Amino acid sequence: MAHLALDAQRIARARTSAAHIARQVFDDMSRRTTTTVERATLRLMGIDGVDENAVPLPNRVVEHLQAQGLLASGAATAVAAAMAEHSLSAQAVAQAVAAGQLTLERARDDTAARSHAKALASQMCEHIAAQRAERSARISRCGEARTPWLYLIVATGNIYEDIKQARAAAQQGADIVAVIRSTGQSLLDYVPFGATTEGFGGTYATQENFRLMRAALDEVGSQMNRYIRLTNYCSGLCMPEIAAMGAMERLDMMLNDSMYGIIFRDINMQRTFIDQFFSRMVNGYAGIIINTGEDNYLTTADAFDAAHTVLASQLINEQFAYLSGLTPDLMGLGHAFEINPNLENGFLWELAHAQLVRQVFPEAALKYMPPTKHMTGNIFRGHVQDALFNMASTLTSQNIHLLGMMTEAIHTPFIQDRFLSIENARYVFHTMRDLHGEIEFKSGGLIETRAQTVLAETEALLAEVQRIGLPTAISRGQFAEIARQPDGGKGLDGVLSKADDYYNPFPELMLSGA
Amino acid sequence: MQEKTPEQWIKPYGDTQDDGRVQLSFTLPVALDDNSKEAARRLALAMGLTEPAVSHAADMGQGFSFYIVYGQCQHRVDLSTIQVAKPEFEVLDKDAVDARIAQRIGRKLVVIGACIETDAHTVGIDAIMNMKGYNGHKGLESYHQIRAINMGAQVDCEDLVVRAIEEQADVILVSQVVTQKNIHLDNLTRLTDILEAEGLRDKIILVVGGPRISHELAKELGYDAGFGPGSYAEKVASFAVDEWLKRHPAAALPQPAH
Repeated sequence: MAHLALDAQRIARARTSAAHIARQVFDDMSRRTTTTVERATLRLMGIDGVDENAVPLPNRVVEHLQAQGLLASGAATAVAAAMAEHSLSAQAVAQAVAAGQLTLERARDDTAARSHAKALASQMCEHIAAQRAERSARISRCGEARTPWLYLIVATGNIYEDIKQARAAAQQGADIVAVIRSTGQSLLDYVPFGATTEGFGGTYATQENFRLMRAALDEVGSQMNRYIRLTNYCSGLCMPEIAAMGAMERLDMMLNDSMYGIIFRDINMQRTFIDQFFSRMVNGYAGIIINTGEDNYLTTADAFDAAHTVLASQLINEQFAYLSGLTPDLMGLGHAFEINPNLENGFLWELAHAQLVRQVFPEAALKYMPPTKHMTGNIFRGHVQDALFNMASTLTSQNIHLLGMMTEAIHTPFIQDRFLSIENARYVFHTMRDLHGEIEFKSGGLIETRAQTVLAETEALLAEVQRIGLPTAISRGQFAEIARQPDGGKGLDGVLSKADDYYNPFPELMLSGA
Repeated sequence: MQEKTPEQWIKPYGDTQDDGRVQLSFTLPVALDDNSKEAARRLALAMGLTEPAVSHAADMGQGFSFYIVYGQCQHRVDLSTIQVAKPEFEVLDKDAVDARIAQRIGRKLVVIGACIETDAHTVGIDAIMNMKGYNGHKGLESYHQIRAINMGAQVDCEDLVVRAIEEQADVILVSQVVTQKNIHLDNLTRLTDILEAEGLRDKIILVVGGPRISHELAKELGYDAGFGPGSYAEKVASFAVDEWLKRHPAAALPQPAH
């Protein structure tokens, strides 16, 4: 396997800094919860559906608890108490609250309410564990796909059209299908309900859409004797709820970054840190591979100059993931092939960066993103750029390979764009299958020296972030050159301090049982 | 009387003048067989191509097939009759823009940029606004005489207008990249409506950019200028300065030195 000489001590020091950074944020944030964490908790207790105005019932119940001044104690106990007192299901409690027929109160017997909530939570955990087992069984029946896995996006806005395209993509050789969300969903403070046929630049993430696409991919996968992984977006203002829905419906991957929403969607930092912890915990328990979003840094900042911010962010994402109970094989740490094609030796630097990440995270399911920023509308040149990206991916043994589209920067992909992209990647991967085992990087050469430089810069950046703390670092624009303030951004109104009697049954069940 | 420009008829060139050779590729929503290949050829004929030939055809599964077709275009156009609308101004480099603002405007030009409403793709606005710029062309943040405020992605039109009032903006620059079902047109119209309603439309230089934006489209939507792909920061800045000076004729001459 291709190998660069890297200073192991330096990697260890960088990792230690990242662990301190993540731990400090985790300790600060563990005293708080958010409206969407509580809504996710209710979803996991069995509450779903919408009222007559299409407002989701989890939102109605959480708003009700806020109005009653009970949310700081956690939504689980108040709902569990009402269930026991009135002999109702969680769903029936939610419907009664939404209809104005039931007012939730503080549990009279807190211990009994907690144990009732925990019993309900255990049922859901069993369902999710069964889904995880189902995935493993399906994969062991047909065998795991060879890496790099081909990852394709569908984004028609209409789930039924998405299914057509996803089935075609799977048949052409895609290992992973991601359904891009409607642009703007990340800023909705609720999750839409039911099957949807209207979206912009993508399709709404709803539990029903998850279920429909899962069934379609299982069916086409069975026909081809392959397991097709399904991906969605666990980001934005409803991260924990999307995670809950994905866990219930056996999604396999979720975009889930600790900082992406803060930097690129101007979502409040406290909200994001709290939400990402809970959502990651659910993902980890469900065996869902998270995909982090470092590739996005390089669409804003320069891919050469900012290479160390990618590695630093990956190390931070890794430590946050450990805190949420994820194992390395579930960490799809992201990076990208985004160096300006006009830069002399740019391909060497791409190889250096990709191989560096490979060696720093030998067990992670690395996610490698194709060129986007320097795609121009010249589809012919774009196809060549994608071929070089494919080559870098196989040479550095990446795991999750998001296929580049030659029509990037023109439109959401046509069905033939995906077809040609898969043909390109399969050709390159096949013809170079074992090349990575045949090449060695020249000791002290350009590629090795570049990787060492980026590693040294990463160590220095993480030491600085550890000194000032992650919120301050973000407020100074140290990632992606975008500055965000701790009390700025969207969704801060959904952050609240936990009361002394706060209770949520899921952390103890999910963090111990994963 | 204006002198008539000589006609200049053109058509695609393959390897011989006026051979009209073109290539196209498309998908048909049927599985590949001999009939579908013939259908692809006839489609090309119906498009007006003579001697169409399917050079490549592949089945894509799920009842779709892909075709690459070559043929000869019969049409031609007279280039001499074409006059594309574009903003008329001199494109200056960064230093010249800074110098002109310092000399003629005498204070910093305030430019606010954003991707509005549903659009989350900041590549375009970042390329124009951010310090680093794009492809070696520095962004407006690097201009000494421009105060550049990049509000980023998914900015509500109302928020953008509020900020423009607070900052006493001279220029609003919006980017629309991702579009499906032409939602970018609704977004762009919404902004002009709000500016009209606030009585600000005439006070602000309103510019839009994006891969599907032309100057002509921008004018139709009520914008002062539109910039398509390949427009760098200095071009946008040059337009803004030129437009500002047109609206403030008193400043159009260099200020005497004190």
